[in-house]
Amino acid sequence: MPFSRALNAGLRAALAGSDRVLLMGEDIGPLGGVFRVTEGLQAEFGDRRVLDTPLAESGIVGTAIGLAMAGFRPVCEIQFDGFVFPAFDQITSQLAKQTYRHEGALQLPVVIRIPYGGHIGAVEHHQESPEAYFTHTPGLRVVSPSTPNDAYWMIQDAIASPDPVIFLEPKAKYWQKGEVDTSARALPLHASRVVRRGTDVTLVGHGAMVSVLLQAAAIAESEGTSCEVVDVRSLSPVDYGPILDSVRRTGRMVYAQEAPGFTSLGSEIAATVMERAFYALEAPVLRVSGFDTPFPPAKLEGAYLPDADRILEAVDRSLTY
Amino acid sequence: MTLPVSSPDPGTVRVLTADGSFAPTPAAEPYLALIDALSDAELEGFYRDMAVIRAFDVQATNLQRQGQLALWPPSFGQEAAQVGSARAARPQDHFFPSYREHVVARIRGVDPIDIIRVMRGLTHGGWNPFDPKNGNVHVYTLVLGSQTLHATGLAMGLAFDERSGTGDPERDEAVIVYYGDGASSQGDIHEAMVFAASYRTPQVFFLQNNQWAISVPVATQSRAPLYKRGEGYGMPSIAVDGNDVLASWAVTRLALEEARAGEGPRAIEALTYRMGAHTTSDDPTKYRTSEEEDSWRARDPIDRMRNYLLSRGASEAFFADVEAESAAVAEDIRIRTGELGGLETDAMFDHVYSDPHPLVEEQRQWFAGYEASFDGEQEAS
Repeated sequence: MPFSRALNAGLRAALAGSDRVLLMGEDIGPLGGVFRVTEGLQAEFGDRRVLDTPLAESGIVGTAIGLAMAGFRPVCEIQFDGFVFPAFDQITSQLAKQTYRHEGALQLPVVIRIPYGGHIGAVEHHQESPEAYFTHTPGLRVVSPSTPNDAYWMIQDAIASPDPVIFLEPKAKYWQKGEVDTSARALPLHASRVVRRGTDVTLVGHGAMVSVLLQAAAIAESEGTSCEVVDVRSLSPVDYGPILDSVRRTGRMVYAQEAPGFTSLGSEIAATVMERAFYALEAPVLRVSGFDTPFPPAKLEGAYLPDADRILEAVDRSLTY
Repeated sequence: MTLPVSSPDPGTVRVLTADGSFAPTPAAEPYLALIDALSDAELEGFYRDMAVIRAFDVQATNLQRQGQLALWPPSFGQEAAQVGSARAARPQDHFFPSYREHVVARIRGVDPIDIIRVMRGLTHGGWNPFDPKNGNVHVYTLVLGSQTLHATGLAMGLAFDERSGTGDPERDEAVIVYYGDGASSQGDIHEAMVFAASYRTPQVFFLQNNQWAISVPVATQSRAPLYKRGEGYGMPSIAVDGNDVLASWAVTRLALEEARAGEGPRAIEALTYRMGAHTTSDDPTKYRTSEEEDSWRARDPIDRMRNYLLSRGASEAFFADVEAESAAVAEDIRIRTGELGGLETDAMFDHVYSDPHPLVEEQRQWFAGYEASFDGEQEAS
């Protein structure tokens, strides 16, 4: 099943499971969203469960907060990553803090779905990686599935969470197919996962970067280097267990991400691994990131986004220590 | 020089003149029957609400000056708009204040000490809006205009759940949201009005135009009367003399009834004046004249209602009783503020999330150990 259909199926299951679940966003009704993730859902559940909202991101998130106060579980779609910023105050100053502000008396089970990241050759504001803004904000949970199976289950788990969840959907994966086991949940929402076993270097990443890491690991294998690959899945909180276990076995780690590197998730995870597994490390934790520039015009995204070669260059550097 | 304040135009609803005479403007005509039906006890209650909250407000301002509070946003001068609107609601209605609606909170049942706790730095909110004793009053919102979207979302939920518009006024619910002339420039309010109009929410937008956004006059926020903005979004919009508690009550009463009945959102602009500072950090003498302040002092909402009640034969005993209650409430808040304890440091780790979060729990434990490490040192020394 393609990733976007897995999300669609997960949303359908959540809508069918509770009439308190609402989808809201721009163009998510008859059109099914610009990525067709909500296709058919309005026809099935009606326009009071699947709302085509006015074109106003702060309005979408701010009214979702009020709807959550009224006992609903709203799932907001932000059309593209770069358009989340008009809603930034409502997400970071309001949504994230309501439970704290109310000393636990209110829960805010709101999910914000954001298609994010590059690889689709789009124009400005359509290919960004805003995850660090949200992982930096206490009160939010942030997750990003990288496979159709995770997409199916994680969206349902995010909707079931009593806390606000920023749900980052890697655009590059929407058309990727994979097995979806609708009978059994593989992992909890906030678990990281080893997706390939190896012995020499631990490669860690999230979202669309996981498949690039796997690609790099395959090439490294053919060159005699065994790489383990870990999918972070939950960006806040991070499940450090599998990452640290892996690094303690391999002694080396490379983190790869599309986002700019400075004060990024990769920086945080690298620092934590160095604090907690210092004596197991044979080399400093290395980071491979997008550059600290705005996401460039699409014709340059191939140079901007970390690819298997940039990851392998870091693997080689790690092995020289 | 033209005073940078808006003055009521002929379309403004006003019932009592500044000296308390009953002299309705033409725009007040549709509301006179409602006002006529008010009992003496209700009229006296309006006065009591205003007088008591002013005493509380003055006491809170003093407490801030004495270092007991971090900040205080005075409501001095805006009592009529707040009392009128709050008393116009039904028990099942929902309130989203900004951060100056002290009497609204009190009328609905919030213990004023809960507001003091916010301004003393003990909590960022702290009361549960849905606890019946708090009368569906949401916590103060300090980012201007943000709460208008929360109110609209809640009102959408009421409509979706058919908790309004059923035709049963005893059961139908509505939402009222407060904001100011400064906040009216914020994008969230415009988005809230778009959503409210689109979803025909059972909601009243209640703008208190107190003429100044800290030091910036209302003319910088809008070149058109602010109530007219509501019309642009397709909702009936009314200007009311916000220093006239009867007009404020009647206009809000009808607007809420219409909203509750499923007729969609309404906008009200209450023209009033913040006679004190924006907050205790502010110095209004730097930006406005004493002439301007005097002109508004002559329109004081409490004096106005007092004169009206006197003209209706209210007794001296009534006013003496209100004065005694006001003094008692002020004294009570002074005593209880002094009795407020501090906070355990552990409290900062509570309620960041509803489900346990490993990072927060880890830091809670680390900090507990860190603090405990000093206990040993103290014992040793």
